[in-house]
Amino acid sequence: MDTLVTQILNSLFYASILFLIASGLSLVYGVMRIVNMAHGNLYAIGAYVAAWAIGLAGAELHVSLLFVLLITGALAAALAGAIIEPMFLRPLYRRAEEYQLLMTFGLLLVLEDVMRLLWGPHPLTASALSEALGSISVLGATYPTYNIFVIVVGALAAVGLGAFVYRTRFGVMLRATSQDMRMASALGINVKRVYVQAFTLGCLMAGLGGAVVMPISGAVLGMGVDALILAFVVVVIGGLGSLEGALVGALIVGFVRTIGITYFAEVELAVLYLIAAVVLFVRPAGLFGRA
Amino acid sequence: MSLLETTAITKTFGANRAVDAVDFTVRAGELLALIGSNGAGKTTLVNLISGLLRADEGTIRFSGKDITRQTVNQRIRAGIARSFQLVNLFDHLSAFDNVALTIFARQGKTRSLTTLAGRDQAVADESMSILKEFGLAPKAPTLAGGLSQGERKLLDVAIAYALRPTLLFLDEPTSGVSTREKAPIMDVVTSIVRSGNITAVVIEHDMDIVFRYSDRIVAMHQGAILADGTPDEIRRNEQVTTTLIGTGETA
Amino acid sequence: MTELALASPRVWSGRRVVIGALAVGALAAIPAVASPFQTITICYGLVFAIAALGFNLLLGYTGLLSFGHSAYFGTGAYVVALLVKYLGVASMELFVVAGILGSVVVAGLFGVVCVRYTRIFFGILTLALSQVLWSLALKLFWVTGGSDGLRVPTPTLLGGLGGPGADKVEFIAHRYYYYVLILFLVATAAMWVIVSSPFGKALQAIRDNETRAEFVGVQVWKYRWIAFVISGAFTGLAGALWVPLNGLTTPDILYWPFSGRIVFFTVLGGFRTFVGPIVGAIAYNYLETYAVGFTVYWQLVLGIVLVLLVLTMPTGLVGTAIQIFERVRRARRP
Repeated sequence: MDTLVTQILNSLFYASILFLIASGLSLVYGVMRIVNMAHGNLYAIGAYVAAWAIGLAGAELHVSLLFVLLITGALAAALAGAIIEPMFLRPLYRRAEEYQLLMTFGLLLVLEDVMRLLWGPHPLTASALSEALGSISVLGATYPTYNIFVIVVGALAAVGLGAFVYRTRFGVMLRATSQDMRMASALGINVKRVYVQAFTLGCLMAGLGGAVVMPISGAVLGMGVDALILAFVVVVIGGLGSLEGALVGALIVGFVRTIGITYFAEVELAVLYLIAAVVLFVRPAGLFGRA
Repeated sequence: MSLLETTAITKTFGANRAVDAVDFTVRAGELLALIGSNGAGKTTLVNLISGLLRADEGTIRFSGKDITRQTVNQRIRAGIARSFQLVNLFDHLSAFDNVALTIFARQGKTRSLTTLAGRDQAVADESMSILKEFGLAPKAPTLAGGLSQGERKLLDVAIAYALRPTLLFLDEPTSGVSTREKAPIMDVVTSIVRSGNITAVVIEHDMDIVFRYSDRIVAMHQGAILADGTPDEIRRNEQVTTTLIGTGETA
Repeated sequence: MTELALASPRVWSGRRVVIGALAVGALAAIPAVASPFQTITICYGLVFAIAALGFNLLLGYTGLLSFGHSAYFGTGAYVVALLVKYLGVASMELFVVAGILGSVVVAGLFGVVCVRYTRIFFGILTLALSQVLWSLALKLFWVTGGSDGLRVPTPTLLGGLGGPGADKVEFIAHRYYYYVLILFLVATAAMWVIVSSPFGKALQAIRDNETRAEFVGVQVWKYRWIAFVISGAFTGLAGALWVPLNGLTTPDILYWPFSGRIVFFTVLGGFRTFVGPIVGAIAYNYLETYAVGFTVYWQLVLGIVLVLLVLTMPTGLVGTAIQIFERVRRARRP
């Protein structure tokens, strides 16, 4: 029984991280029709900056304050996004699609090496945080409290993002622009501003994901590309451009991975790809995607 | 026997019956105009017949054969071709190559990786002669993306024509083109269609063009056929004139 | 778009033949006039040029941007290494054939999955699949040597030349260089025929307008798959030729930054021209060999240059050169 509880919690934990990364990717695609190859590296930046900030603050601050510093990761990623979109993506909107992919790939290379330049080839971590919370007893199973914290963050993010997109005025503009950019522009919506804001929001989510997972798995070079591929699988299953899809996809991938790791550790990735391939075959737009 | 007939063909998008149990026939050798306001279902009908969309209900028979379940490729081989309302060309290939490629595809030569396309004199000659028929010969080496809008429209039709179809669907061949250029385009199209013994169905909004060039007119409205007859009959048909022409459909 | 202004090929034939002949002559003369180190550098450049030709069949001619071409390069290389390890083969001819066959099989399988999907999904799918291969090369260390990789000794050319006992540098800077040069010329000629064939035209039509291509009777998926397999074959050949040069194959050549290099030098040279990728590959390799001494952050440099290329010089070195040439030619006319 307690292993079942642990499995479920692990799945939710994993799904939370995946949701944070994939929702950003999906949001950006939904609004701007761009797939940002560097998205995974913004997740990595979130991890690195948060680790660095916490490392700087060191042992002087109380652990609870260190938690607040996790936000620096999200903010750093958001700032990067706010610079990237107007400077590097905006000039390419009228050009052939290949150029957007090439550009974001170039940014991926740059970001990867910038992280190596700033923080070196060895992983950074802040395990003090994950240890500080200790463990908690859930339905008979002992489970790290930090992971519960991550699940809560993920859930709050899902609710928050949903509320933001569906309940606020900005969300209305976002959805209008994503459905018909020209019409939105004709109605007076400042599309340029919506784009940069949407992109920044997407990066913020990714950075938050990286910051939050860092105390457990550290900030490592290469984590960006791994995250990109996983986010892609989530988004294929859920449908590119859909937030519900990102949520459902994240949950599915989270559960499959947890089960996969327990029974087929070696081929876990293959099982995920298999599911993605099956979904692509049966419903190319994904479960919730637009055609 | 009609060349093409659809029986109760239907296509629904969500709650919208874009094409509603339509019985549509085309007789061999005629130039038929398909008219109707935007959203009447004309393009959807053409999409169903050409294979871009799959019908929800109903059947399509071409030369007596049931083609309802056939793929786009099969329908092309059977002799159906179409042009597009929003011009669909190979922009980075020259006008000459656009047509030549179509001829290669028609002849099944695109499977060949080891021969040089430029060396095939027969295809080159046919491509140039088609371009000449459409008045595009001087622009043969120009990349399709660099042609004028009128030239692009003509090339779009030329590509469909290069498939040597029996039945040719032209989706608004004169739309987006200046009034001055419309008649010349239709002149070229009609003369080619008549001399080539091709049956043509033209979707058109410009009533002057419709009345001047077509043998028969089919009017659609809200997914169904409203009227079907010669230009004179249609002109005298009050239902048609009020729903379509009365709303200022003339260009 | 400026790309549309590129001159039609017919105008250039006479000039092109002369330039081509000069280039071939120059390449043939290298071992005689340059130092062994420089010769070997150009040799690497020719190998990457073959990979670039293969890659560009997909990008420039079919409109598919792959981020996973390291998979085929690596397959070619590892097939050679495994032939050495398990069968003690030393014949370069066998290496070449096996390398091509291996990458054809892998490209055939991966292609079935990848070419069904749109450009964005295609790109990331290719990346993901190459990562799977990379992780296999790392994990199955008892077969592949893991992160240490596998050594490959000097091969035998044409049954008699070279072989494990020969002086390596002398061998590579002369005999092997010509071997690679000849295969490079054969590959270039083959690719030129392919892109100039009716099949090649069909690919370009698919690139420009997938829907219309379907509507003139071209079976889009099938042709994309064939292009994918051919592309994989060329890149696999490059991998097989690369291993004896390098002496060693490691999982690094399956890792995604290596795919990035292939993308980079193709774009650097200009992916909308035939020779662009060749020029880009040779130029890139030259730069990398000399610049690697200056900075360890080579990936950063690549990334910045790629970003700048996309923003300011999207047609690459060759494409931009052609445009400048055209402008000068037009200005000269009275």
